[in-house]
Amino acid sequence: MGLLSKKDLKLITDPLADNNPITIQVLGICSALAITAELKASIVMSVAVLFVMGLGNLTISLMRNIIPSKIRIIAQLIVVATLVIIVDLVLKAFAYELSKTLSVFVGLIITNCIIMGRFEAFALANGPLRSFIDGIGNALGYALILIIVGFFRELLGSGSLLGFKVLGDSIEKTGVYAYGYENNGFMLLAPMALITVGIIIWVQRSRNEALIEDN
Amino acid sequence: MGLKDKLHNISEKTKGTNWETTFGAIHTLFYTPKETTHSGGHLRGADDLKRTMTNVILPLIPVLIFAMFNVGFQQDVAINGFPEGMSFFSGDFWNFDNFSVGALKLLPLIIVSYVIGLGIEVIFATINKHEVEEGYFVTGMLVPLIVPIDTPLWMLAVAVIFGVVIGKEVFGGTGMNILNPALTIRAFLFFAYPTWMSGDKVWVTGAKAMQGTPDAISGETILGSLAQGKEFVYSTWDMFYGFVPGSVGETSALLILLGGLYLIFTKVGSWRIMLSAVVGALVMGLIFNAVVDAGWINEGSKFYSLMSTEFWHHLLIGGLAFGIVFMATDPVTASQTNKGKWIYGFLIGFISILIRVFNPAYPEGVMLAILLMNVFAPTIDHYIVQGNVKKRLKRLKAKTA
Repeated sequence: MGLLSKKDLKLITDPLADNNPITIQVLGICSALAITAELKASIVMSVAVLFVMGLGNLTISLMRNIIPSKIRIIAQLIVVATLVIIVDLVLKAFAYELSKTLSVFVGLIITNCIIMGRFEAFALANGPLRSFIDGIGNALGYALILIIVGFFRELLGSGSLLGFKVLGDSIEKTGVYAYGYENNGFMLLAPMALITVGIIIWVQRSRNEALIEDN
Repeated sequence: MGLKDKLHNISEKTKGTNWETTFGAIHTLFYTPKETTHSGGHLRGADDLKRTMTNVILPLIPVLIFAMFNVGFQQDVAINGFPEGMSFFSGDFWNFDNFSVGALKLLPLIIVSYVIGLGIEVIFATINKHEVEEGYFVTGMLVPLIVPIDTPLWMLAVAVIFGVVIGKEVFGGTGMNILNPALTIRAFLFFAYPTWMSGDKVWVTGAKAMQGTPDAISGETILGSLAQGKEFVYSTWDMFYGFVPGSVGETSALLILLGGLYLIFTKVGSWRIMLSAVVGALVMGLIFNAVVDAGWINEGSKFYSLMSTEFWHHLLIGGLAFGIVFMATDPVTASQTNKGKWIYGFLIGFISILIRVFNPAYPEGVMLAILLMNVFAPTIDHYIVQGNVKKRLKRLKAKTA
């Protein structure tokens, strides 16, 4: 036995694949659509959610026996809002440009369905360590999809990755642009993020037939 | 042994292998298979999917040939100016030079559209183990007709892949799609590569390549000129005949009208949709004309020239006529109920003109209007059917009470 038991390890690996919060539970779609036009923004958003979910789940789990169940949503909101404000201020202080790109969506982490979902479904009923691991696992699952979507949207939409012009310069016509290639402006619009997520869901379901609901 | 038997033998031989769908499709394309009905009723209508599709392609042929001449003609106009006093049979238009320029530009578009589109259909049919549907035959012909002539072939290929996979195959293939595949392809091109789909450099072949050189030419569509409040040289008859710049096949209102009559006559296209769409467009045009007449808007407004365009001119310019006749009537994506067809068609015409006038970024509203109404068609049908159910229940109650 390592640091984590097999059961605990599953808390991390499950959300990465067959219980992914975005592609299987279809939660947290709003931010996945809004900020994935650039890979950098996707990564920063992922880190922010990782921080908020890990600590949030831990905090809620520690307080789970003293939160009256009638006002638990308010208590959860206070915890997550506090954490989000910390993230927002840190971003504003150290990465101002990025915080402008992410704009309101950092604040909207508060209403990210994945976070409230994990508080409700897991942290309120499990111990602090397992809750913390569960939070990290789900945030990683969220991050994985965000980064895949961000990768394709930035590569095909702007011809760059993390701001580096990997496909050549579109104005000077170097790299692939010399052969008549053009950036796909549709990739930068929100509908294409939805379609990209849809394609990921399609691929995942055709690889694992157990995920297909029978009706 | 004739071709028919040969094809039959090939498709028999490939049965059970991965090639079954591919060769089966080639076989049924040319001949009716030798298969007979195994059980149940033995009466069959001759107007199956294949014949319906052929009946849509047929009226598109004159439009396509006209487009080939028009492509060359527009290039000639851009260089030498618009000839005086054009009539429909003018030699300035119908000459071999124009035709050869157009045919050379258009054939590659058609080939790419068909090869890529049918390729995807065959791949999906093979994976899903069903027969190849004929659905792409019409889409493949429509696609080259609704794009600007200089659309790069690779862009068209990417758009066709997107349109067929995301617009059709993910919903289950021909007959299951929510959106018109040809318009999905055009919408993809429009949003992905806007510089190739709008502006004054894309409607005349070669204009984009010559941009910035001393030989630079340009040709703005009538809608584009109106949106910018500029004058244009074309007479109403030119618009009706189609001697104007625009997407490849959308220009000739005359041939589209004849095509529409053919579709109505063969009962392939719904006259209810066509008529109500025309009425919808006219009503919206009349409203705008009335707004101008009432003096609520003055010449300084950027909407003035489009709003003051005579209401029935809207039917002749842009892709409205083409969209109404060949796109809105797509039986899969349109409303199914008769009452629903009236509502569906009317709103297409109405919204087309609304978008056309009020959104200068989208000079052509008919594409977005049809796609929007495609989405709402099932909802319209639902309420029509529910309304009917309610009415009958009421009647039943009155009877039994």
